Amino acid sequence: MDKKVLSQKSIDSTCQSMIKKAEDEGIETIWDRLEKQQPQCGFGELGVCCKICMQGPCRIDPFKVGAQKGVCGANADTIVARNLVRAIAGGTAAHSGHAKHLAHILSKSAKGEFKDYPVKDPEKLKAVAARLGVDIEGKNNEELAREVARLALEEFSEKEGPNLWAATTVTKGRVDTFSKLGVVPGGIDSAISEIMHRTHYGVDADPVNLLLGGIKCSLADYAGCHMGTDLADILFGTPQPVVTEANMGVLKENAVNIALHGHNPALSDIIVQVAAEMQDEAKNMGASEGINLVGMCCTGNEVLMRHKIPPLTHSVSQELAIITGVIDAMVVDYQCVIPGLANLLDCYHTKLITTMPIAKISGAQHMELNEENARECAGDIIKTAIDSFGNRKPEKVNIPKEKNTAIAGFSTEAILGALGKVDSEDPLKPLIDNIVNGNILGVCLFAGCNNAKVPQDHNFVTMVKELAKNNVLILATGCGAGAFARYGLLTPEATLEYAGDGLKAVLTAVGEAAGLNGPLPMILHMGSCVDNSRAVDVAVAVANKLGVDLDKLPVVASAPEAMTEKAISIGTWAVSGGLPTHVGVIPPVLGSDLVAEVLTVKTKELVGGYFIVETDPLKACEKLLEAIKKRRQGLNI
Amino acid sequence: MKGLIAVDVNKCLGCHSCELGCAVEHSQSKHLFSAILEKPLPQNRVIVEHCDDTNIPLQCRHCEDPPCAKVCPTQAISKPEVGEAVLIEDELCIGCKVCILVCPFGSISLSKDDKNIIKCDLCFERTSEGQVPACVSNCPTNALQFIPVEQFTKEKRREFMVDFLKSS
Repeated sequence: MDKKVLSQKSIDSTCQSMIKKAEDEGIETIWDRLEKQQPQCGFGELGVCCKICMQGPCRIDPFKVGAQKGVCGANADTIVARNLVRAIAGGTAAHSGHAKHLAHILSKSAKGEFKDYPVKDPEKLKAVAARLGVDIEGKNNEELAREVARLALEEFSEKEGPNLWAATTVTKGRVDTFSKLGVVPGGIDSAISEIMHRTHYGVDADPVNLLLGGIKCSLADYAGCHMGTDLADILFGTPQPVVTEANMGVLKENAVNIALHGHNPALSDIIVQVAAEMQDEAKNMGASEGINLVGMCCTGNEVLMRHKIPPLTHSVSQELAIITGVIDAMVVDYQCVIPGLANLLDCYHTKLITTMPIAKISGAQHMELNEENARECAGDIIKTAIDSFGNRKPEKVNIPKEKNTAIAGFSTEAILGALGKVDSEDPLKPLIDNIVNGNILGVCLFAGCNNAKVPQDHNFVTMVKELAKNNVLILATGCGAGAFARYGLLTPEATLEYAGDGLKAVLTAVGEAAGLNGPLPMILHMGSCVDNSRAVDVAVAVANKLGVDLDKLPVVASAPEAMTEKAISIGTWAVSGGLPTHVGVIPPVLGSDLVAEVLTVKTKELVGGYFIVETDPLKACEKLLEAIKKRRQGLNI
Repeated sequence: MKGLIAVDVNKCLGCHSCELGCAVEHSQSKHLFSAILEKPLPQNRVIVEHCDDTNIPLQCRHCEDPPCAKVCPTQAISKPEVGEAVLIEDELCIGCKVCILVCPFGSISLSKDDKNIIKCDLCFERTSEGQVPACVSNCPTNALQFIPVEQFTKEKRREFMVDFLKSS
């Protein structure tokens, strides 16, 4: 495979070397499967295929010669809208499932049933309880935890009032806008099930009404994300800046390498705690460097943020981790864990260990997390990994050398803490002053996945350099943040090399005040994909301070390599939150002019935010910069 | 590249992807996402017909003695060489529709604005560059193939032999 072909799959040199190794060994990866899927169905690409009832599948001819209506009479607009809002419901179910899992853990923890999950951050618990309207006076941690967990679990079912996690964490202006449109969600599960109801055969056929339903569900997704962040912080600690290394060079030949993959800290955080106590066991089995935990995708982000576990690789390159030949166990929870991993088990010694009852993979070993005995489960899993160390196939071992320093851990609390070092009375002042004086042109949140259809990380890296050069302050989460970590972009050095003069001055002033002897990293890594809620918290604080709503701020978002339904739901709540939101792949909506028009234009009138679909990363930057400048003009700054 | 479009009806799932691929190939932009926005909209020349439980993508068979060319009063339809595509020269076409009447396969039709006769051109631009026609490359199950006649007949004979030996 020549260099050009490799660079069309991933721009990460470690990934390229592993793709080549896979090819030499005749092993199939995600890119081979993408190629075998060509040509992909044009009806699906346009979103005009409907499989909802058994009179279908129906397809609408985009060239207007063949059928223009499905058997039931639904036209392209209805079909595209129905498919889109179902994707939003899928994303919402995933994020909120993650949050619900943590809510159950907090509830049982408060009752003393889950002893391995004590409250780690009582301050955050208090802050969340107070925000939810709990009278915190005189209550101990257990009482508060019980109350917060009860309120959290109540947010899922049918309820009369607005969803607390959505309503208490946004601006008053947003609440008014959402109320006016009738899109304030109640229970999160109710919002999901309402989408499944209204998209059922013969229910909602009005595309605009369907899309409003999608907005409502996306706000339930936002509530689930925010709850996921809050509860994870309460149970496992609120992140503070950490320094580590990223990319495949973090693997150690003489250690038991355990990759933690998926999305939830429920097991992975416990594994981190227990592994620290089992180093000797690994050494006794011949692993002179003990246990080496590494992270993948958002489980990786969770343990990076709280325990500086080095991120290994992300999203589309997850199979390549196994191809290094030194991953003794890959422990997975749920979401973005591809079944293709199991295909590699015939050729490599890696133990693929599934741990969640709802996420099993044929061919993997299932060691289910029992939260009552979480530490014991973690210990068993680590033992399995240690046993696997002895089964390595030396001829298969090839660890890429490259790794880069990465600074992460920028929770909202950490960011406000750093800003507070500049102005302890009014931590937001330095940020707002610098936005007003133009040192910071605006803020961009990078989020979302990689997508095998885009050369891995190409859009992320191209765009972030261009925006930073134009003095845009960058926040990042998810696999986007992971990408930046692997290229050394989460460092002060990156600030000095790529940031524009204004941004460089601000990051340096804050970094110096925080005692870093240099600038803050060019990109602030805020965590996993549910942690996009942290970025909202910062934006809401700024908006409230300025006395304007979110849709007036020079803040934009981008998912330049989006892939999952979760990306669609997050993108939709970012738009609903008032942000111009870039998507770097074409979503399956072009089959309806009306839906495309609503998403990219009409939402601006309804909620202030709108989608920008642009596959060229530099053109996307131009469009985002233009949106930021327009917002600045609107604020007269 | 010379060949014929061979159809394996057992493999056709009726997904209509060949129709989309054909329309995109006959667009200005040659790309699905922009082709659906063009004016006039491009049109497909292959049509998936369905009868009983069988789907069959039908397109011009590029007859060696094409009746459409024979009846065309303005010689707008021609077959320059043996084994090559039957083509229409739009400037010469007067829209009399006689070709539509005589085509035994119903593979010649009128454009949506009624102004042009349209039919499969065997993607002559693609095939002259060694590529297969768009309908073939867009078929996800390989129900459509573009192969030399000799190869097709050889494969057909093989199949016949296998069946014959099995049943005898």
